[in-house]
Amino acid sequence: MKTITLQIDGKPVVVAEGMTVLDAARSAGIEIPTLCDSKEIKPAGACRMCMVEVTKGTRKRLVASCVYPVEEGIQVVTENDRIVKNRKLIVELLWPSWTALGKSMGVTSSRFEPGLSECSLCGLCVRYCTQVAKKNVVYFRGRGIDRHLAFVPGSENECSSCRQCHNLCSGGWIVTHQGTVEAD
Amino acid sequence: MPRLMSPMDLEQMRLQRSAHSRLDQPRICICSGTGCLANKSGECAQAMATELEKQGLSDKVELRRTGCYGFCERGPVVVVEPDNVCYLDVSPKDVVEIIETTVRKHEVIERLLYKDQDGSRVRSLDEIPFYRYQTRLLLHANTQIDPTSITDYISIGGYRALAKALTEMKPQEIVDEIKAANLRGRGGGGFPAGVKWETTRKAAGEEKYVIVNGDEGDPGAYMDRSLLEGNPHSILEGLIIGAYAVGAHQGFVYVRQEYPLAVENTMKAIEQAREYGLLGKNILGSHFDFDVAIHRGAGAFVSGESSALMNAIEGHVGEPRPKYVHTSVKGLWDKPTNLNNVETWANVPLIIERGAAWFQSLGTKNSKGTKVFSLTGKVRNSGLVEVPMGMTLRDIVDKIGGGMHPGRTLKAVQTGGPSGGFIPESMLDIKVDFDELWEAGSMMGSGGMIVMDDETCMVDTTRFYVDFLAHESCGQCVPCREGLRQMLKILNRMSEGHGREGDIELLEELCDLLADASLCALGSSAPFPVRSAFKHFRHEFETHIREKCCPALVCKELIHYEIDAAKCTGCLICKRECPTEAIFGAAKTPSKIDQARCTKCGNCQVVCPAKFGAVIKVAGAASETNAAFIGGQAS
Ligand SMILES: Cc1cc2nc3c(=O)[nH]c(=O)nc-3n(C[C@H](O)[C@H](O)[C@H](O)COP(=O)(O)O)c2cc1C
Ligand code: FES
Repeated sequence: MKTITLQIDGKPVVVAEGMTVLDAARSAGIEIPTLCDSKEIKPAGACRMCMVEVTKGTRKRLVASCVYPVEEGIQVVTENDRIVKNRKLIVELLWPSWTALGKSMGVTSSRFEPGLSECSLCGLCVRYCTQVAKKNVVYFRGRGIDRHLAFVPGSENECSSCRQCHNLCSGGWIVTHQGTVEAD
Repeated sequence: MPRLMSPMDLEQMRLQRSAHSRLDQPRICICSGTGCLANKSGECAQAMATELEKQGLSDKVELRRTGCYGFCERGPVVVVEPDNVCYLDVSPKDVVEIIETTVRKHEVIERLLYKDQDGSRVRSLDEIPFYRYQTRLLLHANTQIDPTSITDYISIGGYRALAKALTEMKPQEIVDEIKAANLRGRGGGGFPAGVKWETTRKAAGEEKYVIVNGDEGDPGAYMDRSLLEGNPHSILEGLIIGAYAVGAHQGFVYVRQEYPLAVENTMKAIEQAREYGLLGKNILGSHFDFDVAIHRGAGAFVSGESSALMNAIEGHVGEPRPKYVHTSVKGLWDKPTNLNNVETWANVPLIIERGAAWFQSLGTKNSKGTKVFSLTGKVRNSGLVEVPMGMTLRDIVDKIGGGMHPGRTLKAVQTGGPSGGFIPESMLDIKVDFDELWEAGSMMGSGGMIVMDDETCMVDTTRFYVDFLAHESCGQCVPCREGLRQMLKILNRMSEGHGREGDIELLEELCDLLADASLCALGSSAPFPVRSAFKHFRHEFETHIREKCCPALVCKELIHYEIDAAKCTGCLICKRECPTEAIFGAAKTPSKIDQARCTKCGNCQVVCPAKFGAVIKVAGAASETNAAFIGGQAS
């Protein structure tokens, strides 16, 4: 298999073609924080916590490392002022979810009125349910700020024999709401 | 079946049919666009057909139901040939008179003509100021042909550009011509179409696609609808040429479900083009095969984004893909796909037929050709207008739009759709040009142009756009979904008088995050309305926060209504019309408003006869004492 050489935080990293920048960083022992990423599930680029700065030729831009494929010769910076500022603001926006992560970044409160509770819409349960469990029981409904999770009616049995998504849920919504079906 | 086997067949058909499009033939053209149909143009056309029949004129006078004229607010629009008389606001009861007077006697019915601001009447369409200052390269044909008739389109030279492309040009030459013309995308981004075509053309793989983006999600805009309804063949012709140039054999027209007439006319056009051999195998004997399918989208703003639109055509949810490969390389079913806006495609036949040099001669240095705008808001004449690039915004508003309503002054022009920006009055001399609009903190967008007057509150207007975007975002990524949720909350509290010091700066931080970190261009361009409002109207936000005051008297929580006792005659109309019974008073004595009951719907001000003008809006919430005192009396 073809390999790609790139630079991450000044360190040369050699990985297989087709890998993402996030995985490449991890393989080199460099941690990038993520909220919506999990090993067995395809990345969704939803939380934007994993954004890093990529320089390709003369072009410099912020990209979501979980979906950005490695390219020959690119330089990646996983942390700088702008990146950190964005990450802190994301934690503030999702407050009070992810408070532990927030504290590790020095965020101890949020300047915003609470927007979401229990569920931060990371979508891990939805993606697990479709991609791994292949049951398609839990899904997103509505768009924009009305987006929320919902269960397909009549899915209680499917769930009771699985419940694997519980391990992925950080806010606990899926645990308390499983089996509840919203009225149309 | 009239299958056209070669460019010669096409030319022969054009010659045969061109007599049909001659303007010296007796003809009544009536607009059958969505706007005019809503104003009974269907009934008018019916009545005309019946009357022509009755008078034995059916085979002497042609009745042609055309596409949108653009002056929808004055529709139905009717043009009578050969006298070139244009009537506006026509109703079914005018039909007999039009046929008696104008068709038979060639006389003009004064009252149906356009009336200029000085009171003089204008006879022909081209003399009406609304049209006089336009350059209608794309929209002109809308008023000339029946969009459901392919022969009408052929009679005015339709599909000649396709014949030229297929027989006289190599695919790369077409790409080069579009590049040389510097045709930039009309759907929002203004990306050079030729460059994109080249990417798709050179991308690896045999299977490629071309797509028309007719999602048109901007609220209140209808440029693309009007073209799809009024001249669908011109878009198909552009698409076939593009397919040939990039090497695609299958195309899609994505139209929003909410445009039933556009869907219908486009479907008819596709069927006819197939019948005539302009779609399908061996088009015009060139050995080039290409076909088109229509995809009806459930009109969501975000599905107009390129990767979302392709997801939707593939049968998935119409949400943007979080990928970093261009759809021109990896698009529909991961194949190279060239997507262009309706209006972009409509320009293609013109460029191929008349040449890049001709197109280059129109417009400014880096913006060529014309642009169609949906001119709306607080301007005298609103409608669909097509202007050469380089015209100033002031000319559009004053000359085409006829200026502001009496007594009102212009505050800003909003361009670029929901994620566009505001151009303040002081900058109105800037030109319609991709780069100039960008530098002014707005954008060309797809053609929304909303005129705002001094009664517009910028906090409220910004809130409106953020509200739209917050609800129309797909909601996948945190910065866009949660960022817009909080921006909306902050703007809401500002307009309710609860704005806090630091709110402006907090909004600016959120703008930076959205621009930096959003998954798609909806999120990254969402800061535009906010940033441009701050840039030009920051003081209005500060006034809302610090003084709890809405200078334009729009934000409901920051105003109240009063009745001027010196002007009120006690006619009691407002009392009768008040939905919450908040007005009290006796006949012939000045009425009063119970502030506790008043919901500030403003109805009283609307119904108060203009000669009294006794109901006034006052800055500031109703004072406590006033509310208590009056409330006490009323109950
Ligand atoms: C949120 C969003 C909505 C969009 N809506 C439309 C639309 O309704 N019509 C359109 O032509 N382009 C729309 N676009 C732009 C398309 O993504 C794409 O750039 C365009 O169709 C390309 O055609 P053009 O180069 O001819 O403009 C939208 C983009 C975004 C980010
Ligand atoms: S619909 Fe008739 S002028 Fe537009």
